[in-house]
Amino acid sequence: MSAPRPAGLRTIALAVAWRSIHNFLTNPAFLVPAIVFPLFFFVSFAGGLSAIANVPGFDFPTGYTAFQFVFVLLQSAAFGGVFTGFGIARDFETGFAQRYLLAASSRGGIVAGYALAALARAFITWTVLTAIALVFGMNVDGSGVELIGLYGLAVLVNLTATMWAAGVAMRVRSIQGGPLMQLPVFLILFLAPVYVPLSLLSGWIHAVASVNPITALLEAGRGFISGDPTVIALALTVGATLPVLFALWARGGLRRAEAAG
Amino acid sequence: MSGGLRTQVGQLAHRSVLRTLRQPAQIVPALIFPLFLLAVNSGGLKDATNLPGFPTDSYLTFALAVPFMQGALFSVVTAGTDIDRDIETGFLNRLALTPLRGAALLSGLLAGAVVLGLLQAVTYLVVGLTAGADLAAGFAGALTIVVLSVTVTVAFGTVGLFAALRTGSGEAVQSLFPVFFVFLFLSSMALPLDLIQSDWFHAIASANPVSYLLQAFRSLLIEGWNLGELALGFGIALTILALGMYAAAGALKTRLVRT
Repeated sequence: MSAPRPAGLRTIALAVAWRSIHNFLTNPAFLVPAIVFPLFFFVSFAGGLSAIANVPGFDFPTGYTAFQFVFVLLQSAAFGGVFTGFGIARDFETGFAQRYLLAASSRGGIVAGYALAALARAFITWTVLTAIALVFGMNVDGSGVELIGLYGLAVLVNLTATMWAAGVAMRVRSIQGGPLMQLPVFLILFLAPVYVPLSLLSGWIHAVASVNPITALLEAGRGFISGDPTVIALALTVGATLPVLFALWARGGLRRAEAAG
Repeated sequence: MSGGLRTQVGQLAHRSVLRTLRQPAQIVPALIFPLFLLAVNSGGLKDATNLPGFPTDSYLTFALAVPFMQGALFSVVTAGTDIDRDIETGFLNRLALTPLRGAALLSGLLAGAVVLGLLQAVTYLVVGLTAGADLAAGFAGALTIVVLSVTVTVAFGTVGLFAALRTGSGEAVQSLFPVFFVFLFLSSMALPLDLIQSDWFHAIASANPVSYLLQAFRSLLIEGWNLGELALGFGIALTILALGMYAAAGALKTRLVRT
């Protein structure tokens, strides 16, 4: 009788993803904040700041609700990745991740599984967020292809944030690393043109936002939803480069976790 | 206050203050995070001052009220977590063996919140004014802002005390933080009430006491001395404080079971 063949990367990734998604869907402590917080940001920004659309020079024909929707979509994508990093850290604290490392023949499959889970979580959040935004009367002027572009950018942001958080989680291997995963993501998101377009920002915030890679993604996303695509080449370059860079960061984390045993 | 009660309050207050000051992990985020949001919002929403009817031409001045409220929110967690640790480590049970009075315990525990509130208020004010914010009410206005900030911080701290004493769970206390953030975001935090266009948001913000606390701070920064706004702000803060203390005292009775 021959020995059973070791599971491949795909099998491992699907198994890890299934467990993470199952935990997410069956534990209200994980599910509720992931859905409620983006909605809350959307409601407070789009509702409380709608008068900003009347500021001289604010020129976004699709409306302030759509303008803020793009930010909240990308924000929820990023935080979906960060929260998955929390889950990885928790798995290390409880010793579950060490069992993954022992059992998996292809350890890259573990990270891929977490990334799949992060994406599934994000899709659930985006579905609810989009439905609520449409109920709120959000205008969408972009075509179907442009909307695919918008959600495609969100996928890239989600992947980037997951790889970042996974890299931190596998280095720190404790939930105490949570602020380290969360804070840089929070900072980079809010140092982009959140409330008004880049052209209306001035001073230091304009200087910072101009070199912030999230700005390109945000502007491209807003262009997609308004049917007026802009800075696409830059956004795609940034969107494709960041996940690769942070995948290398995550691989380094995996090596550290393997070395730690 | 009798000598015995004064000693009890003094001892616990001393312990509470030391414990707060020895935890930079609690103090630093409470100072840095609101200032970061102040910097980002005052830069990003600068053009809101061009809206007709906006009360000042400096968004920084308008936004400077917000850190005082955000800082106060941190006291919910700080005060609650401190007493939760006393519950979890059994310190509260040991206190139950002493003739300590409940009022002394609660007052003493809030001393840490007073110090935190003072530290926050002075930092936010100094940073805000250095960055170019106006202070229409002058030096006396600055003192009033500090007093109001400490009052609000202690008031919110009592809510943290109540949650910790009622549940005995650190997680429950931590979970209050986002709940209170909802109150902040659904207020006149970013725009004055009369410039909020969405009817439903305007209705919520108008019914939200946080809007009036913010307005009390803003009145000193933007208008000068508006006694009506100030009275409303202090009235709301003192009401929260009284209700919080009453609820915490009730929870303490259950928690501090005499042996």
